[in-house]
Amino acid sequence: MGMHSITVTVNGEKEYLEVPSHMTLLQMLREKLAITGPKNGCSAGECGACTVLLDGEPVNSCMVLAVEVDGHEVVTVEGLAKEGQLTPLQQAFIEHNAVQCGFCTPGMLISAEALLKRNPHPTEEEIKEALVGNLCRCTGYIRIIRAVQTAAEKGGA
Amino acid sequence: MGLYKSKYTAKPLPPVDLPELRVVGKPLRRVDALAKAVGKTVYAGDFSMPGMLYAKVFRSTVPSARIKRLDVSKARALPGVACVLTAEDLPDGKLVTDIPGQTGQKVRKGSLTSVLARDRVRFVGEPIALVAAETLEIAEKALEMIEIEYEELPGVFDPLEAMKPGAPIVYEPDNIVARWKIRKGDVHAGMAEADLIIENTYRVPFVEHAYLEPEAGVAWVDERGVINIRVSTQVVEHFRSIAKAVGVPQNKIRTIGTMVGGGFGGKEDITVEIFLALLAKHTQRPVKLVYTREESMMSQSKRHPFIITHRTGVKRNGRIVAAEIDLVADSGAYPYLSPYVLLYAVVMATGPYRIPNVRVDGVAVATNNPFTSAFRGFGGPQAAFAYEQQMDAIAEALGMDPMEVRRINYLRTGDTNATGQVIESAAWLEETATRALEALGEKEPDRGSVKIGRGVASYFQSYGRITWLHDTSRAWVGVELDGTVVVRSGVPDLGAGQVNSLAQITAEVLGVPLDQVTVYSTDSALTPLAGTSTATRQLYMSGNAVYQAASAVRKVLLDRASKHFEEDPKDLDMAEGRIFVKHNPEQSISLAEMAQICAAEGLPLSNLALFRAPFTDPLDPENLQGRVFPDFTFGAQAVEVAVDTETGEITLLKSVACHDIGRAINRAAVEGQIEGGSSQGLGYALLEEYVMEEGIPKTVTLSEYLIPTSMDFPPTKAIVLESGSGKGPFGAKGIGEPSLTPAAAAVANAVADAIGVRIHELPITPEKVLEALKRIK
Ligand code: FES
Ligand code: FES
Repeated sequence: MGMHSITVTVNGEKEYLEVPSHMTLLQMLREKLAITGPKNGCSAGECGACTVLLDGEPVNSCMVLAVEVDGHEVVTVEGLAKEGQLTPLQQAFIEHNAVQCGFCTPGMLISAEALLKRNPHPTEEEIKEALVGNLCRCTGYIRIIRAVQTAAEKGGA
Repeated sequence: MGLYKSKYTAKPLPPVDLPELRVVGKPLRRVDALAKAVGKTVYAGDFSMPGMLYAKVFRSTVPSARIKRLDVSKARALPGVACVLTAEDLPDGKLVTDIPGQTGQKVRKGSLTSVLARDRVRFVGEPIALVAAETLEIAEKALEMIEIEYEELPGVFDPLEAMKPGAPIVYEPDNIVARWKIRKGDVHAGMAEADLIIENTYRVPFVEHAYLEPEAGVAWVDERGVINIRVSTQVVEHFRSIAKAVGVPQNKIRTIGTMVGGGFGGKEDITVEIFLALLAKHTQRPVKLVYTREESMMSQSKRHPFIITHRTGVKRNGRIVAAEIDLVADSGAYPYLSPYVLLYAVVMATGPYRIPNVRVDGVAVATNNPFTSAFRGFGGPQAAFAYEQQMDAIAEALGMDPMEVRRINYLRTGDTNATGQVIESAAWLEETATRALEALGEKEPDRGSVKIGRGVASYFQSYGRITWLHDTSRAWVGVELDGTVVVRSGVPDLGAGQVNSLAQITAEVLGVPLDQVTVYSTDSALTPLAGTSTATRQLYMSGNAVYQAASAVRKVLLDRASKHFEEDPKDLDMAEGRIFVKHNPEQSISLAEMAQICAAEGLPLSNLALFRAPFTDPLDPENLQGRVFPDFTFGAQAVEVAVDTETGEITLLKSVACHDIGRAINRAAVEGQIEGGSSQGLGYALLEEYVMEEGIPKTVTLSEYLIPTSMDFPPTKAIVLESGSGKGPFGAKGIGEPSLTPAAAAVANAVADAIGVRIHELPITPEKVLEALKRIK
């Protein structure tokens, strides 16, 4: 099992890590860095609970190898709020009660963040499309969609 | 068919007098939301400890076999493996799969299951051996090195087959896991009186909980020798069964529940706890066990498939005079909660209707399928799928409006249901159904081959446990010397806002802002036991316990304040952290000051309360006449669908759910429950089926087993009614489970309304639509 030295920026911090070649980005975050916001719901790219931003693009971190992020930048749910200031999306999720068990929330927020970055004024249909890879078993998505709409009205991510 | 009118008008509500409250009923931010939105909430699988081992479970790959040889020696010898356990290593190795942790509990015959299979496996996924190793990779490697030889035995995979003489016996003495009967009135006389008898058989499949969080936990032995288990569970009271299975005293197991990443009944039974406790005990090291998605889907409980036959006798005027209902439930390979799920389905089988003559026979049958147990609704949604389609079938046969047939037969307050239990609270059936239908608005016109239909489903569903289980909940409330408040309750939080509602109730009673209340929860050793987060019971049970405890503290404070102000306690009130004189609010004292005065005088600033549900004796299983539940929630869902008669494709156009929830403690949370429950119910209607072929599960990933995504359904509009008549705090009823119950039946009725032929089996897929259309051509 080969080990690799990588350098990766996670939530603004530069990290120097030794990772085995088969280790996924999700494992790297959760096990090497104790960043447990991204969740493991399936390890197969089917639930979206592990979604993080890789150079600003949403990816299922269970489907990316840690070695592949060498030299890149990763943002997880923990990295969204800056200096204790919640993002409009985080605020809207809380206000709209878009969070029930919360297990899907870290991935939802990341996918929504990426959407609003690339399309600050999405239609309802566009929001639904952007979140289709993020499963939620608790909410029926209604309040999540509403929260994204509210955040968009308040000026993007 | 066009059974439904294109427009309905809501029935006016009877007047209710609901006192205005300060914190309760307000759409306040939930106390748990912030941590979840910033990724700080620690779930069971997020927890790690120094020196921790990783566990894996070795499971059967065949549905029915004798274990001829099991050899774990190679796995044991693998470097990095700390421990491999099989049934041989367990002291007793039995797990009680009966309803846990309540005073009325008796261990049911046949409810003992082996923790690890010893010589026989009965379903695919059955646990056989446990491994703990230094890394997950080593644990996985060790699993591959376990050698097993099976002698395959004939299995039985269909409950009807399993009841036939000569069928393979899943476990002794026979395949009958439970039977319940209702006998009310004289069903033969009732049928003789009927102008018309309508008979139909309805079928529902296995369904997967598919919570986003797979089962997970970490266990360790502390300096007292206590095995601590930090786990995602709906039931911390399992510590007792765990102790028995592991062979230690009950005070040597502590379960600490984490925020549950979705439960829906699937984390009501023990999942990883015993495995973790055994491995921690054997290795004396912390151990972590997290199921993979596939393992979770393959080895954990499912919703019961049912076959339900209704024979209903009706008069020409629409009145139902007799009902005969037979229910067969697939209990899978072990009993777990099947007897109780069956009981619920039997009690609710008639639907919320006044029927003088009733015969219900329910049977739960063992098969070599995955075991079935609790799933949100607990037999209620299966029963509703049948009884509400039956109501529309009756309307069709009589040429009547389906709402009219319902209106004539709806239960009203003071009536008795099929078990003879008097309906004590408001039964707003017509109120909810007509509101849901009205909110659909005008029906859309058909578009060529695309036919539009609408349907409604009413329901009643219990909240709180079966009264002969003698359910109780405890809660502790105390005021600190700075006027802040602490609540301690063993309640597990499944994300429905269980903890938040206790905080809101306490804040209301003690007159403090919500952010002044801190709740400690879900610890079997340190928080008073509150019972399970199941059966839609926590708001009712623990809400009342917290209300009682907070009210006792309030009384101490107001009694002392009455001396201070020289006013009668009833002329005092508490709000915004102050105690004040009602007729002169200027005259006030802060809660902090009053708490300090009380403390200095040695007055009790805390209270431990115990709330008891009504206790009854078990009923005669031959007729089930008497009280079964504390009370019921009533409501309805209405939907409009478009069905393409060429492709069979079904599109849900509109969905409205209207429930009388008694009193909303947190309105946004109530609406969230209704929307989420509806989504699961709509998935049940149109998408979900856990497919089994001869005991082999075929849908064990989230790409094979489809749950609703953001694209599948339009939002369900939630209409919340408050009769104030519930038995929970402030007149609340329960909504957790009821929110799912009517959805599938409403969709089935709408599809029948659209295409003129009824589909009696879930899920309603395009193939079934086309097949049904062929039948009428
Ligand atoms: S854990 Fe990565 S998509 Fe499910
Ligand atoms: S809030 Fe539970 S899965 Fe989305």
